[in-house]
Amino acid sequence: MSEAGSRAAELADAAVAGDRRALARLLTAVENRTAIAEAALKRLYPSTGRAHLVGITGAPGAGKSTLVAALIAEVRAVGRAVAVVAVDPSSPITGGALLGDRVRMQAYASDDGVFIRSMASRGHAGGLAATSTSAATVLDAAGFDLVLLETVGTGQSEVEVAAAADTTVVLEAPEMGDEVQAIKAGLLEVADIVVVNKGDRPGAQRTAAQLRAMLTATASPRLATASPRLTPDAHDEAADHPRPKRPEVLITTATTGEGVPALLAALDRHRAAGRDGLADAARLARAEAQVWAIVSERLRDRFHGAAAGPATESTLRAVAEHRLDPYTAADRLLAFLTGGRLRA
Amino acid sequence: MSERPIKILIAKPGLDGHDRGAKVLARGLRDEGFEVVYTGLRQTPEMIVTAALQEDVDVVGLSILSGAHMTLLPKVTRLLRERGLDDVLVTAGGIIPDDDIPALQEAGVAAVFGPGTTIAEVAAYIRSHVRPPEA
Repeated sequence: MSEAGSRAAELADAAVAGDRRALARLLTAVENRTAIAEAALKRLYPSTGRAHLVGITGAPGAGKSTLVAALIAEVRAVGRAVAVVAVDPSSPITGGALLGDRVRMQAYASDDGVFIRSMASRGHAGGLAATSTSAATVLDAAGFDLVLLETVGTGQSEVEVAAAADTTVVLEAPEMGDEVQAIKAGLLEVADIVVVNKGDRPGAQRTAAQLRAMLTATASPRLATASPRLTPDAHDEAADHPRPKRPEVLITTATTGEGVPALLAALDRHRAAGRDGLADAARLARAEAQVWAIVSERLRDRFHGAAAGPATESTLRAVAEHRLDPYTAADRLLAFLTGGRLRA
Repeated sequence: MSERPIKILIAKPGLDGHDRGAKVLARGLRDEGFEVVYTGLRQTPEMIVTAALQEDVDVVGLSILSGAHMTLLPKVTRLLRERGLDDVLVTAGGIIPDDDIPALQEAGVAAVFGPGTTIAEVAAYIRSHVRPPEA
């Protein structure tokens, strides 16, 4: 076995056996995308898929970290082990990051059933780090029943977490937008559960009522099939069309824990429904996203490797200088993979 | 493969409520390209060491203004050693009399940065003393 392979086996086996230091070292390897991480993930993957992966997303300041802390308390009260991957943005300028999500979660220092890990996004757009899904896989293998993936503060279209998680919770704060915001495409569409946090603030009930009205009404398939202009063929087509989700809308006050037991119950209900096969498409989408990310990374490595590096660079330069169009450039690179010679 | 930023935990042990300095340092080290985990005020040594372990930080930076440094800082370094984190660089800052520094260094605090230290000096010290990354 290679040196990386034996170190990976050592770390992976210790992490699964409950060694938290080994788990933390392994997560660092995953973040740094080392050979150790790859070997460990190959070893661990077959025994994963048991944890419930829950994505927590929403605008900056909506209360994601505070809600995660409240969820930890609730989950520990029923004796389940919980891990958190909390992502904060990296600076696009210096590469540095301020990871501040632990501030709200520090009460669990002596509890071995809780493991919290901060991650910097390291230039990855979409709300997570490129390695967050792999980190969740490692935590799954280490035996955590629930893995919470807390995204960076998101806007309207950072929906990546929905592909990474079994259940996606979107947090809203009271009075953050009107009914038109609620029917825009994007983040709210990927929610399995919508939580209006800061439930003690004025307007929380009204915000929840607006979201309920808009999200459940627009998701009704009857509106489409009742249209007299639809032909029978169009009916069938409409049936095949991807259906919007119909998220539950809950109210929580994360600072006091109010509404959090109901949220945990909703998470469990959603997971139970997923086990009945409804989440099969989501699992397939996740597998596809993971595999394509690795394929694309490996392609890039090959094009920048010793054999193709100089020719790749001159092809890219030709595009930059408008001597070559990007489509022809891409075709030339792909032809190289199937044995063609790469020339700029 | 990719660049690996140095990861540092900035923590405030003990009961003093003055975290402006720690926050300025956290932000300054962010600008130096570090990944900074900030845990906030009133941290027990156990909380700090658990966070250092779970986050797998390269450095623990402790900010303390309360005068309790001779009790709290050696407790942090002892717990770090007990939990196998003896390769983690420990630095301290805040109000720490010069006379106390040798004893703290003896206890495993690598460097003590007094008032007036620039962030660039802290960053340079850390870069030259931090453990090398695992391949």
